[in-house]
Amino acid sequence: MSRDSFERILFRCLKPLVILALFVVTAFPFFYMVMLSVRDIQELILEPGSLWPTSFTLDTYVNVLTRQGFVTFMRNSAIIAVASVAFTLLISIPGAYAVARLRFFGRRQVHFLFLAVYLFPAIVLAIPLFVLFTMLGLRGSLIGLILVYIAQTVPVTVYMLRNYFETVPQSVEEAAAIDGCTRLSTIWRVVLPLSKPALMATGLYAFMIAWNEFLFALLFLVDRRDSWTVSLGLSQLAGSIEIPTTVLMAGSVVLTLPIVIVFFASERLLTEGLTAGAEKG
Amino acid sequence: MSRVRTLRQQEGRAGLVLISPTLIITLVVVVVPLLWAIMLAFQDARLINIRRVGIFGNYTLENFTYVISEPGFWSSLVNTLVYTVAGTALSIAIGLVAALALRDRFAGRTVVRASILIPYVAPVVAVAFLWETMLNPQYGIVNTWLDEPIAFLTQANGEFLGIQVPVALLTVIAFEAWRYFPFAFLFILARLQALPKELDEAAVMDGATPTQRFRYVIMPQLWRIIALLSVLRFVFTFTKFDDVYLLTGGGAGTEVVSVRVYNFLTARDDIGASAAQAIVLAVVLVVFLIIYLRFFGGGERDQ
Repeated sequence: MSRDSFERILFRCLKPLVILALFVVTAFPFFYMVMLSVRDIQELILEPGSLWPTSFTLDTYVNVLTRQGFVTFMRNSAIIAVASVAFTLLISIPGAYAVARLRFFGRRQVHFLFLAVYLFPAIVLAIPLFVLFTMLGLRGSLIGLILVYIAQTVPVTVYMLRNYFETVPQSVEEAAAIDGCTRLSTIWRVVLPLSKPALMATGLYAFMIAWNEFLFALLFLVDRRDSWTVSLGLSQLAGSIEIPTTVLMAGSVVLTLPIVIVFFASERLLTEGLTAGAEKG
Repeated sequence: MSRVRTLRQQEGRAGLVLISPTLIITLVVVVVPLLWAIMLAFQDARLINIRRVGIFGNYTLENFTYVISEPGFWSSLVNTLVYTVAGTALSIAIGLVAALALRDRFAGRTVVRASILIPYVAPVVAVAFLWETMLNPQYGIVNTWLDEPIAFLTQANGEFLGIQVPVALLTVIAFEAWRYFPFAFLFILARLQALPKELDEAAVMDGATPTQRFRYVIMPQLWRIIALLSVLRFVFTFTKFDDVYLLTGGGAGTEVVSVRVYNFLTARDDIGASAAQAIVLAVVLVVFLIIYLRFFGGGERDQ
């Protein structure tokens, strides 16, 4: 057998195996997560190796949502995420438009600033912000956290939106100007309707950052249980012995599900956005 | 001002007005705090006396000498380096294999692709807790498959085939590779699918075997994206806090510098020393980046 046909056969056999391995390694943990969340803790202790619960229960979800306060955590996370998305878009749309279309002093340097912010380690930033928020009494308030998230996402979203705005033909904007549109109304009536996919992708990116973030939530909110986000809540409760693991697993499903739904509802948009703007993480 | 502005001047002003919200928030929340962090690193600052530590306070190098001579600092720096290099290399290598395997269409590709992306988009707290549970020595499912349970996340050293291995550190690295290979996968797959088909076909005509085509046709076209990915993953992993903190809390020989920074800040309430460590971390990172760009640079500059 020639080297060529040997290699062809080898790779033809290897490829399904690799694909299967990748699928199992990524899908199995999440399958396990869901399966653990619908059984009683007793069952897990007695039969740790079983994958399929003998009796299904949703009490774990009721417990985690009400007794452990995940409803409150979800409300906080939702407030933070929605506010971050709204303000990120509000700030980055004019910014991206300026960088894409208008020649102004310092336009070239702006890119450098954004790249620096994007690559900048959050842990260095955490120290002065922790001190500042402690001094201002903003620890425990959601507003401080929202501010930090906006600042962390805006450089990336400006970049993502700019790339898209540049594809909007300039002649359309000129036509709008001749018809009497001011610059702002051109953005509002012409550029934004044409950029809906990019706006969606940008908004979802900001949502994911705000929903998933952990370090700043830990630093700013840990003292006040009422303001915990879902991420922070799960991480804090994971250490306690009183709460059964299966209940906490239900908490992880509650934490993961919104993101997975959001992601797959818009996967196409988002992967394009991610490779264009590469999520920080 | 009665002077009439030219259109060009108006454009310049409009540009500045539109970009100013972006600039203000990055200045206020990123740039100014960064400068303050540098100042804090040279001051004796604690939460109790922070109001008295002014801009013109006493500057000292004490934090740095203290931090460097503290036990555990150098080992945490070594841990950070091992964790970063291994995590980066593994996640890119697996991402490359995954991208090559999923390059061509097959039934169920969408499902597999979606599944591969989940570890990356899922919240870090959820996946860390999931790993902790799966690796738990008492009821974790992974340990039910083994003859002897292994405390993956709490055991600093263990024996494997007669060799001493850092168990917890390796587990954390595996987590890193598992969680971030989708990131490399996305980038490399996008690049692979943009490659011109003709080159590959020409190589087939010339009688190149699959490995030869990979080595001489595909890889040369992927080096730039891999170099870029290496820089990105290195930068992000080097200062990463969440993953190690959530998995081991920095115990069992996995303490990385960012976890130390956090502990100094919160548990010890030593802001100055915490800031000093963060600055050392950032400086080491910059040094590595400069060395990297010196040796491998050029290609990714125009990306």
